[in-house]
Amino acid sequence: MKSTLLHQARLKQQIWLDMLFRGLTRLSAFGVLALLLAIITSLVIGSMPAIEAFGFNFLINDEWNPVTDEYGALVPIVGTLVTSGIALLIAIPVSFGIAIFLTELSPRVLRRPLGIAVELLAGIPSIIYGMWGLFVFAPFFADHIEPWINDHIGTLPMLGPFFSGPPMGIGILTAGIILAIMVIPFIASVMRDVFEVVPPMLKESAYGVGATTWEVVMKIVLPFTRIGVVGGIMLGLGRALGETMAVTFVIGNAHELSKSLLMPGNSISSALANEFTEAVGELYTASLIELGLILFFITFVVLSLARLMLHKLGKGEGQTT
Amino acid sequence: MNAETVNTPKVIVRDLNFFYGNYRALKDINLDIAEKMVTAFIGPSGCGKSTLLRTFNRMYQLYPKQKATGQIMLDGSNVLDPKQDLNMLRAKVGMVFQKPTPFPMSIYDNIAFGVKLYENLSRNEMDERVEWALKKAALWGEVSDKLKQSGTSLSGGQQQRLCIARAIAVKPQVLLLDEPTSALDPISTAHIEKLIDELKKDFTIVIVTHNMQQAARISDFTAYMYLGDLIEFGDTSTVFTNPKRKETEDYITGRFG
Amino acid sequence: MLTLYTRRRIINVTGLVVSMLAMAFGLFWLCWILITLLSHGLSALTPAVFSQMTPPPGSTGGLLNAIAGTLMMSLLGTLIGTPIGILAGTYLAEFGQRGWLAPVTRFINDILLSAPSIVIGLFVYEVYVIRVGHFSGWAGALALAIIVIPIVIRTTENMLRLIPNTLREAASALGAPQWKIVSFVTLRAARAGIITGVMLAIARISGETAPLLFTALNNQFWSTDMNSPLANLPVVIFQFAMSPYEDWQHLAWAGALLITMSVLTLNILARILFRQSATTH
Repeated sequence: MKSTLLHQARLKQQIWLDMLFRGLTRLSAFGVLALLLAIITSLVIGSMPAIEAFGFNFLINDEWNPVTDEYGALVPIVGTLVTSGIALLIAIPVSFGIAIFLTELSPRVLRRPLGIAVELLAGIPSIIYGMWGLFVFAPFFADHIEPWINDHIGTLPMLGPFFSGPPMGIGILTAGIILAIMVIPFIASVMRDVFEVVPPMLKESAYGVGATTWEVVMKIVLPFTRIGVVGGIMLGLGRALGETMAVTFVIGNAHELSKSLLMPGNSISSALANEFTEAVGELYTASLIELGLILFFITFVVLSLARLMLHKLGKGEGQTT
Repeated sequence: MNAETVNTPKVIVRDLNFFYGNYRALKDINLDIAEKMVTAFIGPSGCGKSTLLRTFNRMYQLYPKQKATGQIMLDGSNVLDPKQDLNMLRAKVGMVFQKPTPFPMSIYDNIAFGVKLYENLSRNEMDERVEWALKKAALWGEVSDKLKQSGTSLSGGQQQRLCIARAIAVKPQVLLLDEPTSALDPISTAHIEKLIDELKKDFTIVIVTHNMQQAARISDFTAYMYLGDLIEFGDTSTVFTNPKRKETEDYITGRFG
Repeated sequence: MLTLYTRRRIINVTGLVVSMLAMAFGLFWLCWILITLLSHGLSALTPAVFSQMTPPPGSTGGLLNAIAGTLMMSLLGTLIGTPIGILAGTYLAEFGQRGWLAPVTRFINDILLSAPSIVIGLFVYEVYVIRVGHFSGWAGALALAIIVIPIVIRTTENMLRLIPNTLREAASALGAPQWKIVSFVTLRAARAGIITGVMLAIARISGETAPLLFTALNNQFWSTDMNSPLANLPVVIFQFAMSPYEDWQHLAWAGALLITMSVLTLNILARILFRQSATTH
């Protein structure tokens, strides 16, 4: 019976090791929650001086003056929202087209390489986009596009004021366009993944009754994946909102609120990137940290909605199969 | 029900019920598994034959919301007793699955994995044990010169025999085979069937199969199940040639299922 | 009937042409970016880039200290982040079937996955840089580790979920304890996928700029001291590109090309590795 004794001793050891291992993985998972709480807490503590000094006014004040020590977040908040809005306006239709092309139209031989190319491009560091924007796109934009915009759209009665200004190349519109170029591959690859969950049978039955490719996309694929498509767009929005480097190079870093999209402005992330290490004084630093807190809050909400939608799509798919 | 009288029972099942959540998948099962014999469970898919097999080593316990009630006596202790140590139980009751499941490691380590859990063997003893198990599983001749190769590099039939070798290497008393040949070609199937006949000298074997001819060929006792009920149980020749119940006869003669 | 059919066909063709144009439009910008990067970067990529330190304005130099700093911080960030990520991902896939922790963690992790990296930089500044009193390589590595963790968690969980349950059952049927099943059987079977995830994480952090601005800062000189400000490629590129000096701008292009090439190479290697393992299984 020597072997049973050995068994017993081993068993005790194994049970103990099992608990240890399980505990270790559990602790790591818990660490993720702790990390989120720590981020929020530290940002709140860091921005306390600014919250106490300006209160709610911080959100609607467009003054940002280190000399008089008066800070308001309106300009960067508006800049962040407007640049991301422009980016989505351009990126959504283009990404949608790319995703349709990749799932329905592309010749089979090209499907994989093009798909991989799009994914690889989504992985290029954003600083590259920013640098290219500053050195190549902004001069090109100033020389060729902005004069045309000024002459043709800038003179229109309603839209005019939004599209007139000196052709500097740098500004809110440029930042939005660079952001769009950056998020296109990202949104396109999420959309393509989402389109691919449509059961082939469903598409085949639609083709079977004589529907055209376009009809299959608009009437079968899109309704089936609507929630997922919106989720993918929201993920892209989350990216655009929090993006720093692609914007900082070309937005102009001006704390002014102007109607025209051709004028320089600022976003939360570029204000942080440009000013944080040089900020002197408690209130200045705290105001910048509060900007970070606001950015984190906005992206948190957007990303949560995105995940909930994608999750819902995943569940719906599970039920129909 | 003359099965009990033929041989000493190794496993005694009494009033066994099984639930997936609220769904009752096994209904008051009673049967005895004879020692060092082959017992086959047959029946249409979804009849509960695999479920029954998986209660013998409480494999269902990996999943939430599955539970079994009743008694399964193995060597005088109740398998379903919550105090029963699962790892000890599974050392006594080996199992082979429908699809081959080689671990992502070498052929040698696949076999040694289970042995190392319970025994401290010297290098030599382990080599001998691996060789013994591979010989028992009729695989030694084919792999003796490539023990260091990955287990996943073998063919499907070889993988399944590797899994059998892995199961018997820990020297269990009962061997559970859950449709072990359903993913294999006819030649590999013939290999495994011959192997089962050899193995019953040392082990009590319970096999689930959807293939009636297979059950007729290799088993000593057969249990026919339908919708969670044990319809008929007896020695194989009786069940197949002279079934007592109409349902069994219908299934066996192919009028149903 | 005919008119309806013709209309449908016209709509179809228009739609398809537009989506093709979208593809061309997308690729157009990206080609333009890559071509500029190559033309500016290749001409700036001299041997000096790899042998000299970052220069003061107006003189020539290289990027050696920045390359070294980036390598060190990326390596340490990966070494810190990977084990935590694998353990937490294992919890989500193997142990988290019951209880609230797994679903909540999964949700939070997905958000951290795309959280603004500049906020991660702020966080590390608040909890580490202020406490220590100075910028440092460690702070940079820490910020990068925080970016690595969610990526590794995500891929570890996904890859473990691809492992068929029968493999777990087979190990369990031998009476193996759970820690052995997970570490010797399932994690091993998912190995290639997890390594792919780690490589993608390295690719991601090696180009991250924002979180390093307030943590590692920059250092004009050669340094391997993780406890002091550390030069790194992204921040050097940012600083040099924004400067009015032409020498600095050239070096910025060289650095940009280096980063892009290593990120693309890592991505492609990861894909090849994953595909190879997928075909052998």
